[in-house]
Order: sequence, then structure tokens, then C-alpha cells
Amino acid sequence: MRLELTPRRQAGPFLNLAAPVLAVGFTAVVGAVLFAALGKPPLAALYAYFIEPLSEVWSLHELALKAAPLILIAVGLSVCFRSNNWNIGAEGQLIVGAIFASALPVLAPNATGPWVLPLMLILAMVGGALWAMIPAVLKNRFGTSEILVSLMLVYVAVLLLDYLVRGPWRNPEGFNFPESRSFGADALLPELISTGAWGGRGNWGIVIAVAAAVFTTIMLTRMLKGFEIKVGGASARAARFAGFDARRTTFFVFLFSGALAGLAGAVEVAGAIGQLRPSISPGYGFTAIIVAFLGRLHPIGIIAAGFLLALSYLGGEAAQISIGLSDRMAQVFQGVLLFSVLASDTLVRYRVKLVVVRAQERVAHD
Amino acid sequence: MAQPPLLSAHGITKSFGPLRACSGISLSLHEGEIVALLGENGAGKSTFVKLMFGALQPEEGGFEWRGAPVRFADPAAARAAGIGMVHQHFSLFEAFTVAQNIALALPGEAMDTLIERTRTVSETYGLPLDPNALVADLSAGERQRIEIVRCLIENPQLIIMDEPTSVLTPQEVEPLFNTLRTLRDEGRTILYISHKLEEVRALCQSAIVLRRGELITTLDPTDTSAKAIAEAMVGGTIAHLNRRAPSDAEALKDVLLKVDGLSHGSDSRFGTKLKDINFELRRGEVLGIAGMAGNGQSELFACLSGELRSEPGAITLHGVPAGQRGIEARRGRGAAFVPEERRGHSAVQSLTLTENLLLSRHRAQDGTVSRAGFIRGRVAHDMLNRIVRRMDVRAPDGPVTAAALSGGNLQKLVMGRELDRPLDLLVVNQPTWGVDAGASANIRQAILDLAAGGAGVVVISQDLDELFEIADRMAVIADGKLSDARPTVDLSRTDVGLLMGGSADRQEPALAP
Amino acid sequence: MIEAVALTIITAATSLLLAALGELVVERSGVLNLGVEGMMVVGAVAAFAAAQATGSPYVGVVSGALAGGTMALVFACLALGLATNQVATGLALTLFGLGVSGLVGESFVGLPGVTLEPLAIPLLSQIPILGPILFNQDLFFYLSIALTVLVALFLFRSRRGLQLRAVGDDPDAAHALGMGVLKIRTLAVLFGGVCAGLAGAQLTLVYTPQWVENITAGRGWIALALVVFASWRPMRLIIGAYLFGAVTIAQFHAQALGVAIPSQMLSALPYLATIVVLVLIASNRRFTMVNTPAALAQPFIPNR
Repeated sequence: MRLELTPRRQAGPFLNLAAPVLAVGFTAVVGAVLFAALGKPPLAALYAYFIEPLSEVWSLHELALKAAPLILIAVGLSVCFRSNNWNIGAEGQLIVGAIFASALPVLAPNATGPWVLPLMLILAMVGGALWAMIPAVLKNRFGTSEILVSLMLVYVAVLLLDYLVRGPWRNPEGFNFPESRSFGADALLPELISTGAWGGRGNWGIVIAVAAAVFTTIMLTRMLKGFEIKVGGASARAARFAGFDARRTTFFVFLFSGALAGLAGAVEVAGAIGQLRPSISPGYGFTAIIVAFLGRLHPIGIIAAGFLLALSYLGGEAAQISIGLSDRMAQVFQGVLLFSVLASDTLVRYRVKLVVVRAQERVAHD
Repeated sequence: MAQPPLLSAHGITKSFGPLRACSGISLSLHEGEIVALLGENGAGKSTFVKLMFGALQPEEGGFEWRGAPVRFADPAAARAAGIGMVHQHFSLFEAFTVAQNIALALPGEAMDTLIERTRTVSETYGLPLDPNALVADLSAGERQRIEIVRCLIENPQLIIMDEPTSVLTPQEVEPLFNTLRTLRDEGRTILYISHKLEEVRALCQSAIVLRRGELITTLDPTDTSAKAIAEAMVGGTIAHLNRRAPSDAEALKDVLLKVDGLSHGSDSRFGTKLKDINFELRRGEVLGIAGMAGNGQSELFACLSGELRSEPGAITLHGVPAGQRGIEARRGRGAAFVPEERRGHSAVQSLTLTENLLLSRHRAQDGTVSRAGFIRGRVAHDMLNRIVRRMDVRAPDGPVTAAALSGGNLQKLVMGRELDRPLDLLVVNQPTWGVDAGASANIRQAILDLAAGGAGVVVISQDLDELFEIADRMAVIADGKLSDARPTVDLSRTDVGLLMGGSADRQEPALAP
Repeated sequence: MIEAVALTIITAATSLLLAALGELVVERSGVLNLGVEGMMVVGAVAAFAAAQATGSPYVGVVSGALAGGTMALVFACLALGLATNQVATGLALTLFGLGVSGLVGESFVGLPGVTLEPLAIPLLSQIPILGPILFNQDLFFYLSIALTVLVALFLFRSRRGLQLRAVGDDPDAAHALGMGVLKIRTLAVLFGGVCAGLAGAQLTLVYTPQWVENITAGRGWIALALVVFASWRPMRLIIGAYLFGAVTIAQFHAQALGVAIPSQMLSALPYLATIVVLVLIASNRRFTMVNTPAALAQPFIPNR
């Protein structure tokens, strides 16, 4: 028994849209089965996960808060993945970006003025880009696997953050808690709608994320740089023939995705958290990989995918409270979702047929 | 009573989507004969052979083996029945030895008896091989011998040979023919696929001609002229190339391109090193570089194009050292490049035709990209229409990707892309490889016209017929070394053949007496 | 003292060796499975759970292996059966594995585990110094060394091994010769999963007999780096695994000795060492190029 794949000659726009929808649907089915297996009513659980968070204003704000870093990172990763560069260390770049952004309010707590926040965002992009440059430079210079190096640097970044908040950057008035001092008002991202019926915690992070997605779409579809990235991903030889230096492309995409991941780090510490802590991200850097693929590596698709994955985080919290489901469930969901996305990608590109070969058919008829 | 034919085909039909690759083909092969299977690229030869060998299944029709109906589910079944095949593209593992490669193909055999049988077969049929040699170190001719030995160890009754001489020097052809005649005299049948008509006339008793998936005729090649056979294949008359003298004789003194002591290590695992290559190219001339595949052609091409950098003075373009210049800088100086591989080098399958033009046409002079780095879709689209019209590219309507084009049409698009701007220098590797006769003639004519207009052209090709047809001077590349270029009129095929196989430091394993 | 240090190094190295050995076979067949971390962590939780429930560490060993194999089966269905992108599928496997193990293991946090006791080999274990170090070890140690030797023999001395390497070098040619490329690759991937599952089981049954979330702490990724370090030769894995075992242990000893370096910096050592090693190996291209499976991470779709 085996699967037979025949390439489709031209995948229609319908199938291109259908693939992610199919993946989400399949994940929901798997989820229902899992819930049932855990002894929870499947429909109520799915409702708690995917509908309940959408029914209240405050949770919509939470959704925007969680979607912003996911979209920012995934947009950068999509540029990387398109060019066949595998940056899987966005989590580390996010952390270093957050550290760089925090340097200003932590080391100069008295600094005030409208320039503080923009400078923090720029510092974060520099930090994330620097951290991402390490795998890029090592890949270009020595041919080292960027997958492994970028990943190892996640662990290093986590430990670096841990060292800072427990050591030199610990809040001197913080009763020995492992956290930095709280940021001043000028170092915080303003809320989008702070008062009124629609008011809530949601801040400008989501606007920054959507702007980044729009900018990236223009770069990818209308500019020579985007063409360079596309060709580099399709064929290294053709890219060299076109005069696109593969090293320059690698450098650029890592810089770009690192800067966006760093920016996501700043959005976190200057937004929802408001200080530096040992843990500032529930794995956004890894979840963003799923977001990038679910959005079919297209920035606009990624916006939708980012909200969906943000929903899975919120749903995880909601389901824990309402029906006592472990919040680990969200992570399982995310894994299943990425599996389904990849599988449905094949369904778009190929006709899949299950072939059962009987033993006697293999023998030649003499 | 007459014996039934060894193999007969009845109304074999196979389609790929809307394309009918084989349409109602019926034929018979008898014991002890060498039969040619002729046809242009895309005529259905390889599809038919795959159907015969069990690699594909026919939609209609069927085969008989010694008079009894058969259906081969896969090549293993065909091999078990007594059909062997020597493919044009070898299925060999570079990192393994000859013996390991043979063992991999014959899972049923014990390793130690296999070495013994390899030796017996290679001695009986005059196919010298060293079982312990690494395949990566072997020439194309030696590799082919592995394939033939591998096939013969299974003692097949019917042997399919797919373009066997395309990888051989002229000197290597005759020994192969002797081997094939020995096999025929033992009563085996050989189906010989080729498009080299003189060879077919020397070797085969009958020839089957396919065209557009249909069997057109069966003829006696010893009794038919090569021109008549060719016209049967093409289905019309073949145009002659039109050679014009360059208009401006004065300009011919200019040396366009000078290669001086070019050496380069290869960056791929089993690539060839270039060793001290020297030549000059003047305006108005076509320089041919002959050689068997894998002797440094791709490395030389990459050094000339700038995809590989070399010593600054090793390559001089318009009198300026260019060895360290990249491919775009060289294009900026009026040079254009057409590599051998279309899928993934000169073109990308998954990109649209317009995007494929951009690959080598994204400089300021081309007008396809604005100063700010935005792509001008309108300009690129007009460029595509212009090239499609000029080169007669047959493409489906609408925004299609390069994958939708046949090899020949894609090559026409690639050539047209380079010829669409003023050129001083064109370097092209295997310009008509896998391109049908009509399109080949177009491409060769375009090369001659370019030279007549005062540009210089370097043509790297394995096809000697092609080089004798279009080159003014010819040099041969063997094992990374280039011979001196000599005027084509002073050269014979034998001269070129000797140079092609003539690398002094490649040792052929001797046959044990 | 030497004996104690050697024993801790071996305990730290064994799981790396097992996981890397499995991945080496997988990569030799041309498949890159980045899900080692995920397969390992699921193996670890399955081994802990089964040993906890039955009281038998050996049931734990078998469960760990089976769990790793099951995870690998998921990978095989997608990356081989549906020809999905191997890098992305491997990542998905790791994310999924970390989630599943966290979910399953939630109730085990803080529970005492079952320890797999050493098996002394008669006579040999009596040899001074070497005896207790090499011949009074647990099943995992013996298994890791024996498997490494067996894999080396298999790859370079058997026809099946030749086929596996052929599939990893040129799947199209292998397919043309009638080899079952996907079948061979599937078996290799399953072997890799079983090895990773065993490596995980070693963590919860020997290394730290308890369940801690993300107990693998990047060991699966280090195992992937070890395969590159060993340039796809099994025997070289032993050197690499013990080197990394030593780095891990050195960090603990330095902390215990109260070295005046922040503990986080010491904890970062194995990861930094991995990067350094990757750079050193990769800069010697002649050394790596010869053994790199030529078709690594390229999906194969039979053309018919």
C-alpha cells in the first residue's frame, strides 16, 4: 500500500485558499477526538477554545495583543523560508530584541520624552537583527547549518535574559523578585482604545504588525528584492545566474526576520508586560513558524493565521478556566495544525491516490 | 513453422493529459537483429520504451513475448522475463565502486560470485572494467560499460540501448558496435535508439520511425539515404543554415575575450578542475569547444560567465581584466550567457515566463526595474511578447510558468531573452541539447547571424555535427584542459575524437589476456 | 573521583549517542528529521509513565522506544508519504512532542521515578577502575555502544546498508534500479524514532529519574549537531557524544566548585560548544563533503 502523488499542472486559486481552511477543519476534528478521549465534551471544549474568546471586548483586546508578535515574527520568517533559509531561532531574537529595548528604561529610568519609545523599538530591531546575524554570518562564512545555530542561540538568549533579570538588571526596589523595574509611561506602547465600551488593553503593536505585513507584501510582490528572494528559494543556481549573491540574500533575510522578531520582543515588554522578566514569551518564536506556514508564507495570509493562533493561546487559557483542560492542550493543537497545514499543502500541489498493490500482481505473467 | 517474434506490440497507446505520447503503435522484434528506433525529441520513443520495459502501463493495446501476451507491472518484471535496458542517463552512484554499483542493481546475487561474473562478462564482450574503481573517477564511456555489464549479467534476450553513443568519443563507438554485433550473433535482439543516422545505417538491419507518437514507417537503413531518413523523422524538408560573412571586416581584429592561464578548482564534490586554459575570441567568429560530458564544460562556462570568480587577469573582456567581475558586471559589458541546464539554471520552472525574463534582464538598461527597485510589469510584459514573436515560442495562453513549456520552447525563450539586447559576446553551453530539429536550426541560425553582425560567440557542445556546422574554429576540452583552437576546415572528426579521449593521464584498465 | 566523573559523563553522553545514532541512519537515507527533540521528549514521558505504572523500568524502556517509533511514524507518513517539506515537518514534530509530553506529564511532576539499576557483567566488572566504569552499567550504555558498532557494520559491510546509502545519495537512480526508496527511508525513519525514544527513556529512567517539563533541554538538537560533527560516521559519534557529555558535566562541577561565573553562563556552555563545533567541522569542507548524503532533505516522489 502506498500513496501515489501526481503533480497538478496549475493549482487554482480556490485550492490555494482551500488548503488552510481544510487544515483548520482537520485540526478541529482531531481536537474534538482528543477532548473526547480526555473525557471532556468535545463541542463545549471547541466552543471554549475558538468561539468564547471572540464574544467579549476584553478578550478581543487580548487577541490583538497575542496576534501582534506572532504576525511580526511570522512575516519575517516567511521572507526567510521563501528564500530557503531556515531561521528557527526567532524566539531567541525576540528575547534579545526585548533586552535591547529594555536597556533604555532599565539603565536610564529617568529618561522621558516622546523619543524614548521609538528609540526602544529601533534598539529592539538592532538587537534582534544582531542575534540573527550570527547564524547568517556563520552560514555564509563557514557553511554552518543555520537551523542548528539559530536554535542553539535560543537557549543562550533565554539564559542571558535569566542572568540579567536575576543579576545586574534586577529591580533594586523589587524585594528580590527576578524582574526589572517597571517601565515609565514614555517607555510603554499606548493603548489603541483605552476607554469606552470598546476600550481594553490592546495596544499599537497590532498596528505595527499589520503595517509590517503590508510593507513586506509590497517588497515581495513588487520589488526586485522580493524577486531575488523568490529566485534564491526556487533555485540557488538560477539565482547565481541572475547575479543574485546567495550570501547577500541570506544575510538580508536573517537581518530582516531578526529585526522583526526583535521588534516583537519590544512590543511584548513595552506593551502587555511593561518590564523585563525571566520569561517574556510563551514560545511566540516557535508558534510563528506555524503561523508562517498556515499563512502560506504570504504576509496577508499571515495576518489571518496570526489571529487564529492567537486564538488558540486564548482558548487554551479559557478552556483551562471553564472546563479544566490543561493549557498544554494549546501546544498540542498547534503541532497538529502545522501537520495538517503541511499535508494540505501537498493536496494542493498534487493529486493524491491511495494505491493498494497485491502481491501476485508484482509477479510477471509468463 | 516460423518462430513467433521475440516481442510484439499491438496498438500501444499512452497519453499524458492532453498529449498523446504513443498512439496505436504496433511492431515486432525478432531474434538476432538490431533494430533502430528513430524519432525526434518528443516523438514518443522514450515513452514507448518505458511502456515496453514496464516503467509505464499502456492505456490501450498490449505486448506479446514469444507469442504469449504479457504485462510487466514494473521494470523488475521485464528484467525477469529477459529484457535488459541501458539507459541514456546512468543510474550510477558516484561515491560507490563499480562492484558495489553492480551489486545494487542485482539484489539476488551473492557479492563474491558477482565480481567473478563481472569479470567474465567484461572479458567476453570486450568491455574492460576495474571492479574496485570508484565511479566518480570514471569517464562517461567507462560508466556506460558498467551499465552494459550490469545489463548483460542478467543474460537478457532483448536489449534496449538508449542513445548509447551520445556519451562516447568517435573512437569509442566502433568497439561498442563490435560488442553489439557479437550480442546479435549470439541470437539476442537489440533495440537501438538514436538520432545519429550514419551510425544507424552502419549498424542496424531495420529502422522504425516514430513521429508525434505514431509509427510512420519501417525502413531499411542500409538502403536509404541519411537525408531521406531524417525527412521521415521530421516530416518535411530540413532547412540549410545560411552563413553570411561579417559585414565589417575591419572590426574582426578586435580581441573580445581573452582567457589566459585560467585554472580553477571545482566547488562540487565530483566536479572537474580546470587546468591552464588559454584562448582568444575575436569579433565575428564562432569558437566551438567540443568534449565529452563532464570534462570541465560547466566549470569553464561558470568561469566565463562570472558565476565562478577566477584570477583577475585570467579572463579579459574588451581588454579589461574581468576574472573578479560578477555575471551582472559582465552582462553590463555586452556579454550574454546561456547555460546548459534550463530547468533550474537559465530558467526556473516555478516562475512565470515574464519572471524568467527578469532573471538576466533586471539591469537599468533593460528598463524592467525602476531606480527605487520596483519591477515594471508593463515593460517586462512587452519584452515577453517581443521575444515570443521573434523566436516563435509556443506557449499556452495566459500567465503560465516555465514548467508549461517544452524543453525546446523554453530554450528558444532563453536564447531570445539574451538576443533581445545589443550583444558583443555570447557564451552558450549545449545550445540545442534536447531541442527538436526545427528549433535547433533556428537557434544555430541565430548564432550565425549574431556572429555575422560582429559579435563573438563561444559554443560549448557535445554535438560534433553541430560544431562542424557552425564553428569557425574549434578546440577540445578533456579532463579540464583545453586544446589549441584550430580552424574547423583544417579538422577532421578523427582529429577531434582523438583529442576528446586523449587525456594522457587517464588510465584505461587493461583487459586481462 | 575519576571514576565518579567518568560515570557521570557516560550517563550524560548515552542519551546523546542513542539519539544521534538514530538520526545518523535517518540522514544516511537522505531524510532530515528535525523532530529528534520531540521524539525524545515523548519517549521520556512514555518511559516514565510506564515504569511508574508497572514498577518495572524495563517496561519503561520498551514504552519509550515504542513512543519514539510512533512519533517517527507520523513524520514518515507526512514527509515521505505526502512528501511534505522535511524541515517544517520535523519542526512540527518537535512542537507537537513538547506539547504532548507537557500535557501527559502534567500529573507526573514531583513524583519519584523508577530507576533502571546497573547490570554488572560478571568478571569484567571486577577489573580495577575500568570495570566499574565500563562493565557495571545500565542497559542503555551497553545498548548504545552495541548499536553504534552494529550500525557501522550495517552501513559499510552489508548490502542493505549499501542500499540505504545509495538511497541517500541518489534516490532517482535507486528508484530506477527498482529499490523501494520510500520503504527504505521509512524503515530508517522508524529506527531513528526508536533510538530517540530510547534516548528519552534514558533521561527519565537513569539520568534524572523523575519527570520535569522539557526534560530534554535541547539534547535532541545537540544530537542533530553531533551527526554533523561525526560527518555521518557512526564510530565518530562516540567521540562526539562523550565530548558533549563531558562539557555538560564540567558545567555541573564548575557550579559545585563555586566558580565565580554566573551559573547561566555555565549552563549556556553546551549550546555554545555546539556552535563552536559546528563551525570547526563546517570550515573543513573536504572532511564533511565526502560523507554528506547527497540527497539530504530532498523530498522524493516516485515518477510514476
